[in-house]
Amino acid sequence: MTDKLLKAVEHPSDVFLRPGRIPHIWCPGCSLGSVTNVIIEAIKQSGIDSKKISIISGIGCTGRAAGYLNFDSFHTTHGRAIPFAIGLSVTDPERKVIVISGDGDLASIGGNHLIHGARRNADITVICVNNFQYGMTGGQVGPTSYEGQFQTTAPYGNVEHPFDLPGLAYSCGATFVARWTALDVRRMKETIIEAILHKGFSFVEILGSCPTTYGRRNQLREGLEILENFRKRTVLKHGADPTKTEISKDGPIIVGKFVEIKDKSTLTDNLLKVQRIAKATKARGL
Amino acid sequence: MSETIQKEEDRTVLTGEYFTTGNLAAAEGALAAGCKFFGGYPITPSSEIAEHMSYRLPQVGGHFLQFEDEIASIVSILGASWGGWKSMTATSGPGYSLMLENIGLGIMTETPCVIVNVQRGGPSTGLPTLVGQQDIQQTRWGSHGDYEVIALAPNSVQECFDLTIVAFNYAEKYRLPVTLLMDETLGHMSEKLIIPTKDEIKVINRKKPKDDPSIHLPYKADDDLVPPMATAGEGYRVMTTGLTHDERGYPVLNAETQEKLIRRLIDKIRKNKDDIILLEEYKLEDAEIALISFGISARASKGAIELARKKGIKVGLLRLITIWPFADEQIEKLAEQVGNIFVVEINAGQVTREVQRAVKGKAEVHGVFKYGGAIHTPEEILSEIERRIK
Repeated sequence: MTDKLLKAVEHPSDVFLRPGRIPHIWCPGCSLGSVTNVIIEAIKQSGIDSKKISIISGIGCTGRAAGYLNFDSFHTTHGRAIPFAIGLSVTDPERKVIVISGDGDLASIGGNHLIHGARRNADITVICVNNFQYGMTGGQVGPTSYEGQFQTTAPYGNVEHPFDLPGLAYSCGATFVARWTALDVRRMKETIIEAILHKGFSFVEILGSCPTTYGRRNQLREGLEILENFRKRTVLKHGADPTKTEISKDGPIIVGKFVEIKDKSTLTDNLLKVQRIAKATKARGL
Repeated sequence: MSETIQKEEDRTVLTGEYFTTGNLAAAEGALAAGCKFFGGYPITPSSEIAEHMSYRLPQVGGHFLQFEDEIASIVSILGASWGGWKSMTATSGPGYSLMLENIGLGIMTETPCVIVNVQRGGPSTGLPTLVGQQDIQQTRWGSHGDYEVIALAPNSVQECFDLTIVAFNYAEKYRLPVTLLMDETLGHMSEKLIIPTKDEIKVINRKKPKDDPSIHLPYKADDDLVPPMATAGEGYRVMTTGLTHDERGYPVLNAETQEKLIRRLIDKIRKNKDDIILLEEYKLEDAEIALISFGISARASKGAIELARKKGIKVGLLRLITIWPFADEQIEKLAEQVGNIFVVEINAGQVTREVQRAVKGKAEVHGVFKYGGAIHTPEEILSEIERRIK
């Protein structure tokens, strides 16, 4: 029977996916598959030795990405990917640590770590796929849900205001800040390459499509409808002031590379500097 | 200018004799064990450990980071451990409470690291500057799920140094977070500390895989039930998750995989109990009454034994150096020798209930409790013995 089956054509990204882990758990219409593929392409094209790459995720739909990628990968607890990444990154200044997680994970339960990671200018890349709510748990309202958004815990519409993630990261000290929608795969890839090669805290927000638990409650039944909605509302504006990029229900979605600061010392730089000072001190003893 | 390159002085082991505190001794013990990363958050009465590590780690090529909270602290040391560095944090009860979820992550992902808990009186903010021994059961059961832990309780400044090294050795050998259960009195009191030479210190490092990365199974255990540990950057494409996982490290969410994994995580400690359990027997040979104690309370207990013996009451002490796993068999044996066991502890009976379980009805078990804020006096312990034994 099996010898009659056609041999599957190998996908060029297969080597970067863990054998036996595909198919993934993501729903039809979800953009996480294509975003993951873009991340793989970006890592490939960055020229970095794959041994030097570590992928860290928290919990949630996006948090499953680490488990599919065939690098050193760590699926941690809810919200805690960033401190894990910092602990791992400082043990080797050449290590490239990439956090891939969702908006609920990074901006709500892990919000404290996001702002302090940015403040430290820790030498890590954070890719946040924002689907405006909690997908894995069934569509509860989250810190990126816009006012009036319908979710399972906001049956009358969200009563809160959302975080603008690029603005948050920038105001806390991130030295590379960008946003794309899941539709902007080519620009997203170029940005992720730059973010990975950036020295310091780089933050890339990807607006994703979640038809299952977001779209169908908000008149966007299909994944394509969400992407089409993004396309209509997208305004490309490199260098935009990230404190003026908030997303509303129907307003423009500003995308682009907003911030790139190259002359700020990173956490790793400063730790190594402290080592040089400490080693030169003659004092010893308790 | 001389052409000779000065060899960098090795400052990891500060061999010598000192008069210092338990907190500093624990920090130096960590360095002697090879600790290179400390992630922490200030909390009384443990902060001196963080302060000392911030001064010492950069001298030996390590890093100190103060985090935004205890959750980040514990997670950061898990990350550093996967980077191949021995790592540690220090805290007190409230901080330990915050760490518990991720201590569970450390247990599930089998990540070696050490947590020092300099206990104070609780619950809640309780007695920040005063002694307590109230985190015994929290250490054992605080994180959700089923698992075994290792916890050690020093009772002198010297043991704060020595047992921190043992804690690192157990963490590396059995691949789990190990807790050092200190207390405020030990942390802050000063006495003699002897730091031996580097050669005299036994240091255990984690087993490394020897197989080819292409066929490597990161969670396939050896006969001792502990898998060798590859770290990031070695080409093994490490895969870890807090989800229930198979030998490949892949999440497999079913009852069979859960049973196989959890059984092994429990058994790797239970089946190696004899290697892990450390006890001190003091004047037990002829004892008719036994005290069981640990940490600072064991010192007061020894004082009570001197007083009792002057009065002709034959009392001895079993000191638990290893609190978890619990010394069930040794305590049952002791119960067969003595009719009465008094458990001296600064809490409302957290070790007493374990002793009651372990003696299997073979001896009377009495608790001698203080609720935090002060250590027992030998007289208090003696009067409790006299009150109960007539």
